[in-house]
Amino acid sequence: MSDFIPTIRAFCCHYTSQQTCAEGTEGLKQDGFPESVSLFRVPCTGKIQVSALLQAFEDGADAVYVVGCPADSCHNVKGSQRAAKRVLAVKQALSELDVEPERIEMFHLERGFHPEFVTVAREMDKKIQKLGPSPLKGEAA
Amino acid sequence: MIIAERKPLSEIVAMTRDHKKILVLGCRGCVTVCSAGGEREVELLASLIRLGAKKDGRKIEVQEGTLVRQCDKEYVDGLDDWKGKYDAIVSMACGVGVNFIANLRPTTMVYPAVNTTFYGGSADQGVWTEQCAGCGNCVLHLTGGLCPVARCAKSLMNGPCGGSQNAKCEIHPEVDCVWQLIHDRLERLDRKEQMLEVAPIRDWRPAGHGGPRKTTRDDLSV
Repeated sequence: MSDFIPTIRAFCCHYTSQQTCAEGTEGLKQDGFPESVSLFRVPCTGKIQVSALLQAFEDGADAVYVVGCPADSCHNVKGSQRAAKRVLAVKQALSELDVEPERIEMFHLERGFHPEFVTVAREMDKKIQKLGPSPLKGEAA
Repeated sequence: MIIAERKPLSEIVAMTRDHKKILVLGCRGCVTVCSAGGEREVELLASLIRLGAKKDGRKIEVQEGTLVRQCDKEYVDGLDDWKGKYDAIVSMACGVGVNFIANLRPTTMVYPAVNTTFYGGSADQGVWTEQCAGCGNCVLHLTGGLCPVARCAKSLMNGPCGGSQNAKCEIHPEVDCVWQLIHDRLERLDRKEQMLEVAPIRDWRPAGHGGPRKTTRDDLSV
């Protein structure tokens, strides 16, 4: 088995993560949230620019994902729809660079504490462990 | 405004592969408004070029800059701010900007990062449509303000071709037949009889068919 531990950057909105994060890092760990994921909370995922998502890859992330409100019930009306479009733009850019587009994902989750918040983190962790390090780190060359 | 679209990344990477220091240069004019080559797009392209180089194991320094306009000498002179920091420019301006840099910087390599597509306007969020062909001999006063040169697939000057169906163009079924629009508009304005005037055979030289065009205004030169 590979000893690769991915570096995953997750951006999530205040509302979807509020209760899950209420007990801090320790609480998340107890819930089974993978340590490979570093969480960046933003007031609204609509605020996240494509450049911030790309910067995460430049900083060495093996994957990036965004968790926002359900598309039809975003606290800021269209914030999570905007985020989804920007994630899609990065997916297309990754494809253009011949890098697996699934290294970036968008998830729409309900507010409040819910196991799905932890589940998507674990899903990403598992998927990226399988994919291996990001070729954008330049380590393969 | 002039509408442009970013070229495929692979094309830009291929153009610039031999360079070690690149200046990605945006323009605050039209390409900023149509989100093809403004400050934000410069930031994205620079990031993608860096990531692409890293993936290929190439070392590259990418500077980012945006000029007020790339189609005026005094603003292109602003390139001096990056003197010695680049060996090629990737211009995100329209083709005019790329030409201006090539004209004014004879020893600097400049590459286009966008395809300059047409003169248009924003019909909806994220949608731009062609409205003017820059043909140099405007006939909009005869056509209710709607341009048959730019908006008719055949640039017909004397009414519809006969191929349109349900007011849509036979070449592009999603496009309105501009002659239908002209007819309906002139009818609403009670000027339908204007359509009976036969447009003379057109001299296309002002449209560029007579070679590169030039405008000189003596009142503005000192």
